[in-house]
Amino acid sequence: MRHVLSVLVNNSAGVLSHVSGLFTRRSYNIDSLSVGETADPGKSIITLVVSEDEAMVRQIEKQLYKLVDVLEIRDLTGEDALKRELVLVTVKAEPARRSEILTLIDVFKATVVDMTESEIMIELVANPRRVTSFIQVFSEFTILEMARTGTIALEFPTARKTRV
Amino acid sequence: MVAKEKSGAEIMLDTLVKNKVDICWGYPGGAILPFYDTMFHYSDKIKHILVRHEQAAAHAAEGYAKATGKVGVAIATSGPGATNLITGITDAKMDSVPILAITGQVPTSAIGTDAFQECDTYGLSIPITKYNALLKSADDVARVTQEALTVALSGRPGPALIDFPKDVQTAISKNTEPKELRLHPRHYQKPPLKGDIDRLADMINRASAPLLYVGGGAITGNAAAQIKILAEKANIPVVCTLMGLGAFPGNHKLSLGMLGMHGTAYANKAIMECDFLLALGARFDDRVALDAGSFAAKAVKAMIDIDPAEVNKRVGVDIWVSGDLNDALAELNFRVKAQPRTPWIERITTLKKDNPLRYYMGRGDIKPQYVIEKLWEKTRGQAIISTDVGQHQMWAAQYYTFNEPRQWLTSGGLGTMGFGFPAAIGAKLGRPDRDSIVITGDGSFQMNMQELATARMYNIPVKILLFNNGFLGMVRQWQELFYNNRFSQSDMDYNPDFVKITSGYDIPAMRITRADEIEVGLDFLVNTEDVVLLEVAIPQKEKVYPMIASGQKYETMKDYDEPEEGETPYMVIPNRELK
Repeated sequence: MRHVLSVLVNNSAGVLSHVSGLFTRRSYNIDSLSVGETADPGKSIITLVVSEDEAMVRQIEKQLYKLVDVLEIRDLTGEDALKRELVLVTVKAEPARRSEILTLIDVFKATVVDMTESEIMIELVANPRRVTSFIQVFSEFTILEMARTGTIALEFPTARKTRV
Repeated sequence: MVAKEKSGAEIMLDTLVKNKVDICWGYPGGAILPFYDTMFHYSDKIKHILVRHEQAAAHAAEGYAKATGKVGVAIATSGPGATNLITGITDAKMDSVPILAITGQVPTSAIGTDAFQECDTYGLSIPITKYNALLKSADDVARVTQEALTVALSGRPGPALIDFPKDVQTAISKNTEPKELRLHPRHYQKPPLKGDIDRLADMINRASAPLLYVGGGAITGNAAAQIKILAEKANIPVVCTLMGLGAFPGNHKLSLGMLGMHGTAYANKAIMECDFLLALGARFDDRVALDAGSFAAKAVKAMIDIDPAEVNKRVGVDIWVSGDLNDALAELNFRVKAQPRTPWIERITTLKKDNPLRYYMGRGDIKPQYVIEKLWEKTRGQAIISTDVGQHQMWAAQYYTFNEPRQWLTSGGLGTMGFGFPAAIGAKLGRPDRDSIVITGDGSFQMNMQELATARMYNIPVKILLFNNGFLGMVRQWQELFYNNRFSQSDMDYNPDFVKITSGYDIPAMRITRADEIEVGLDFLVNTEDVVLLEVAIPQKEKVYPMIASGQKYETMKDYDEPEEGETPYMVIPNRELK
């Protein structure tokens, strides 16, 4: 099962190596990792998506807690947190297929960010499942280039209220 | 008032002194020269031992740390100096030994340019340290040094590394005091006890055949006294892991000695029969729980460990408490009921009587097991024993009875050949009142033999007991048992004349080859008040038994070998006392 772990870390130079190294060293399966600053520039959040069973995820959490720069870990797997990914795709779009593509873009509520006579560049921000299905649908066209971020997640304030 | 400014090197050395570091092991080189230059003025506060290979500096720091419980400090230059420390640091990580490695680094302006003797020491040390840092400013030196020392010792101990660029060593800073550590409190505060101790006590009280399974955490956690109280109060027999030897007195009637791959047959049989197994600072590793699924299959399993990540890592446990072992045991002992458990204690007595350790003698050659037993007698069981890795290590674990913690220094997790001799040097300097003896083999000794010069230079009276069978004995044993006698690359043909080599360092040495020389040889070893080496020729075919092969069930244990013609068995009385 896919678990989403949100790891608050000190924003130090080696922290990403420490965290990613732990995954290789202990052969944990990692689907994605994304990192960015928090409101406090001294701290970052690393969002990890791991495909492991419950017991292994608990083991991963405990191993992460041993790292000096790890401050807090939250499991944001369930419905109490919003997950988002961003994908940028450039597809081949000859005039004959353009309207078909534009319809699908509309269906996915994606955005056209650039266009030439033969190519369209699309941006989609959505939950991971919708991003995956978007990519599957658009792979029927020729995908010329694609870049996808990992998942980021944040607990809903309403959920946090009930938790606290 | 303007704060006094100091150089990075001075700040680090002052922080070490404040933390009561008074000895270190190391080897100078280009990128650490400013640090060594500053250290010149600290010679009255910190004694520096010049080793002959950086790996030995790390192992000596480990030996010191294991024998004293204090942080051992090893220093090396950048590049090859740092990489030579890597084995020792990894060893310390695997066996939870608090050491601090300080490595020189090329100047910050040269980092990343593939400069002379540059390597990514920080990156290399990530997976093998508990704490590591690359100093980029002298302003951080006091804080980082304090953090490294604190983390190395706290909780489950381990190695720390500070990479110290040459220009930062000389840079001046006003930050001379370690203020505001950037550490989460869990890295320096004693962890709270978590888990249901009442329920654990209740389970122990209801168990009819309980067993304590004691590991290295009992030694690093200074929990020996509480373990003895628990065992005696509730009448629970004790098995120790290789790392746990000494945490419970080997001569105690409740001691079953070591368990696992080369554990005593009675300890391993007790593991198969017990109905409750309490792991104390032990981690169910693959040399103990060889086949994780069938390990102590009849037992309800419980665990107390300071590292919650060890819970359910290899073997699932039914109940666990995380936190300081000593604190947990104090709580537990208060709740555990005194009871005789007569049937189980009688069963243990029978197991010991029926399955003693045994070896064979009678052909005039020297059996290493007998030599170690005699060494135990002659040192009154008081010596600090270091070992290398292989057959000699297992014989030492089996036949020298350890009655107190920090008396047995061995490389358990990493299994590092070359550990023993430098570790014995470190131990002797940490505890000069005790004999420090390294038991080694002809293969292992050659991995750090150059330290004879260190021992001679500083007159560190380490005693070297070298078993020579002309083979990598443990490799040979596995090749004989599992590879159909194909002794691929395990024959140490062209071993040197160890007595001549040792004499070359002006160190007294003797070689014995026959059983009737053992007495003379051991007297020479024990009574020579100097660095000294005794080489003992032993038969190539001699094997370590009992043995459970890797990954196998305990039921497959082979208890002992068959005698050669003309040999008679010699049984070892369990928990024997000195005559």
